[in-house]
Parts: sequence; structure tokens; C-alpha cells
Amino acid sequence: MSVLAEIKDGLVCGDDERVSELTQQAIEQGLSPQEILSESLIGGMTIVGERFKEHEIFLPDVLLAAKAMHAGMEVLRPLLIDAGIPSIGKVVLGSVQGDLHDIGKNLVGILLKGAGFEVIDLGNDVAPQSFVDAAKERGASVIGMSALLTTTMPTMAKVVDLVKERKLDSRIKTIVGGAPVSEMFAREIGADAYGFDAANAVDRVKSLTTA
Amino acid sequence: MTEVLTFSTGEVEPDRDSVLQNQGIPEGATVTDEIERLLKSAIGAFHEHGKPVGMTGEISHVDFGAVYQGEGRNEDKTPVGDIFRRAERLALFVVTLGERICARIDELFRSSDYALACMLDSVASAAADKTAEVLQERYADSRSGSKTENEGRAVLRYSPGYCGWHISGQRGLFEFLHPEEIGVSLKESFLMQPLKSVSGVLIAGAREIHEFEDSYSFCAECATRGCRERIRALYRE
Repeated sequence: MSVLAEIKDGLVCGDDERVSELTQQAIEQGLSPQEILSESLIGGMTIVGERFKEHEIFLPDVLLAAKAMHAGMEVLRPLLIDAGIPSIGKVVLGSVQGDLHDIGKNLVGILLKGAGFEVIDLGNDVAPQSFVDAAKERGASVIGMSALLTTTMPTMAKVVDLVKERKLDSRIKTIVGGAPVSEMFAREIGADAYGFDAANAVDRVKSLTTA
Repeated sequence: MTEVLTFSTGEVEPDRDSVLQNQGIPEGATVTDEIERLLKSAIGAFHEHGKPVGMTGEISHVDFGAVYQGEGRNEDKTPVGDIFRRAERLALFVVTLGERICARIDELFRSSDYALACMLDSVASAAADKTAEVLQERYADSRSGSKTENEGRAVLRYSPGYCGWHISGQRGLFEFLHPEEIGVSLKESFLMQPLKSVSGVLIAGAREIHEFEDSYSFCAECATRGCRERIRALYRE
């Protein structure tokens, strides 16, 4: 098995120490950081995301793989910065104001990072203006919002409206998700997309950023 | 009059299934040894960092009516709005696991230990609910009367932010109860600090007052329908 395949395998198994050691080994063998990133780390997380989508593995398995990806990225990061390799897109994420539930939002963030996106996670209880300010200041092209409570869902509409009011809707797209949120609700408030689960949200963000 | 109640972490340790269900793992599913290790580690961290404490205070129907009305942002018709008027007794409550466990969760996320952070988050969420449940049981037990007199009666808790009771109801609840005494404060957004806290009203009365159809305007958007199980549970006790 090649070192790239071994890294990918270690990542899928959630073995962070092995991924870190093998990533170092791959660099010493002269493999390019970009190749290690796309083939092994993003490639491994893609497998993990697919398995999760198919309900073959559970959330903690995904999170262990994410930790392993992080371990590999720690080794690669200085080399990627030196090589000037950009992320495939920037996404601002948060649970909307009044909502503290963030497991789903965290998972979306982790899968987005695994897919090569830069994620600016604002946490929970995020005010509408904070979403828009962060996206504008950090040059993000997508705002992702999560809500678990029916009583906090209306805040999503405020963010969508604010993006439009500030005439940023041509370059900042919005996606919503969370247990009580639906495709119909997303359409009603004028959001650009709806993610019905974390893996689907990543697919929708990819579509938004390549559209 | 308000009362502060303390709990041991053993008393409010959540059961395995409720934690795993918070992680999206269905009841009865086979999980890997690694997930079992994570769960054990998170339960250990809960016992180390959790400081469960609660507070209750009885409130009259009139005063609760004002707390419930809050800033006037509730849905027109809600279960709580219908139920509390038929209650025999009402009490506001707040429980918390304290700041340390929340800080530990943040620390784990910051160090990219996502799996343990998330598992501890689920343990803490389930434990906060369990603390509220134990407080509810203690309140029910504190009611005077023989077993026969209490037959057919039940205490259930309801929280702002759920079932059409707008989260802004937290303000009146805090002004009445002052849970700052147990280290819980309210943010501008009406969320509590520490995050792993639960607030609401305990409604005591005839068992049937807690029964309602899930046909309120907001029920269509509710993904959990947890009310159905709560109502069913009333008749299993």
C-alpha cells in the first residue's frame, strides 16, 4: 500500500497519530503537500462523508476522522501556506440568535473543512448582523445558518434579508438547516439553499460555490 | 419563596441511550469500541467538571400569567397557555451544570478533539435534562397528601423557547426567580449562561390537564414531537 493510501486508511479509521506520522513520512518521500491534501486527507474525508450519508457509520466516527484530518493538516499547513495554496471557498457558519444547539452545525463545519473549505465558525447565538459582517469582512461566499427551535427560525429570514439589503446577494449565498427547517421554509425566506443533513449541506455548499 | 437544590453528578448521570441518541445513534445500534471508550471518557469528564444545582420558586397563577405573557411574542394559542390555568400549583425552576463543564467542552473543541468535545456536549445536554427531571420528581414528592390523594395527578415541566412559548419569556422568569444566586445569568438573546442550563415552569395538577393534541399552528414545523412521549409517559407511571 502506498503512503498516500495508508494515510487515507488511517484517516478513515480515525487514527490521528498514524495520520500525523504518515503525513510526515510522505513529505520526506518528496510528495507534494497538495497531493497529500487532496488524495489522502480530503479523499479520506470524502469516503467518511459518503459512509455517514449511507448511515454505515455514526457521528462520533466522523468526528474521530476529522481529528485525524486535523492531525495531518497540522503537519501540512506550513507547507501549504508556503506554496500559496488557497482553500476551495470560505463559509461563515453559526447557530442563529437565541439558539444554543450546535451539534449539527459543528458537523457541517467539520465536513466542510474535510471537503477543503475554510470555515469561519461563529458559534451559537449569533446575531443577524454578525453573520453578514463576518462574511463581508472575511470574504466568505456562503453563510450557513442552523436552528433547532421553531421559535428561532425567523432569525434566519433576518439574515437573508440583511444580505439583500446590503446588496451582497450576488456574492454571498445563504444556506439553512436544522431539525425544524425545510426546503419550503428555505424558499419562503428566500435562502439560496437548504441542507437536510450535514452531508447534504456540504453538497449544497459545493453547488453554491461552483454555480 | 425560593429554594436552592443540590444534586450529585451520580444522581443526574444520563443513561447511555439518551446520550447516544443525542449523537444521532439509534437505540439498540451496535457501536464500535472506540465510541464506547469516548462515551466512558465523556462520562468521566462530566463527573469531574459538572456541578449540578437547581432552584425553584412557587408562583401564583396571576404572577405566572404575567411571566408567561412576557413581551407578548408567544403564539396565539399554546399548550402552556391552556394548561397552566387548570393547574393546582405552579413553580418556576432553573437548573444548571455550572460553568466548568461548558469551559471543558469549549477547550476540547478548540484543541480539535471534536469527538470527545461533541460526546461531552451530548452527555452534558442529557444531564441537564436529567437534572430538571430529578428536580421535577422532588417537587412532585414534596406535595403533601397520601398516595391515594395524589393518584391521577402529575407534575410536568415546560420551557420557554418550546411549543409556542417564546424564548423572551425567560426575562420574566429570571426577574421572578433570580437564578443568578446559583450562577445562571441571562444574555440579551435570552439564552442562559452557562449554556448547559434548563429553565421553565413546573405545572402540577390532574394528569389529564397535560394532555393536548399536536395540532397547534407550530406543531407542523416541530421535528421532535417530544410532547407525545411525555404524555404517554404520564400513564406509565
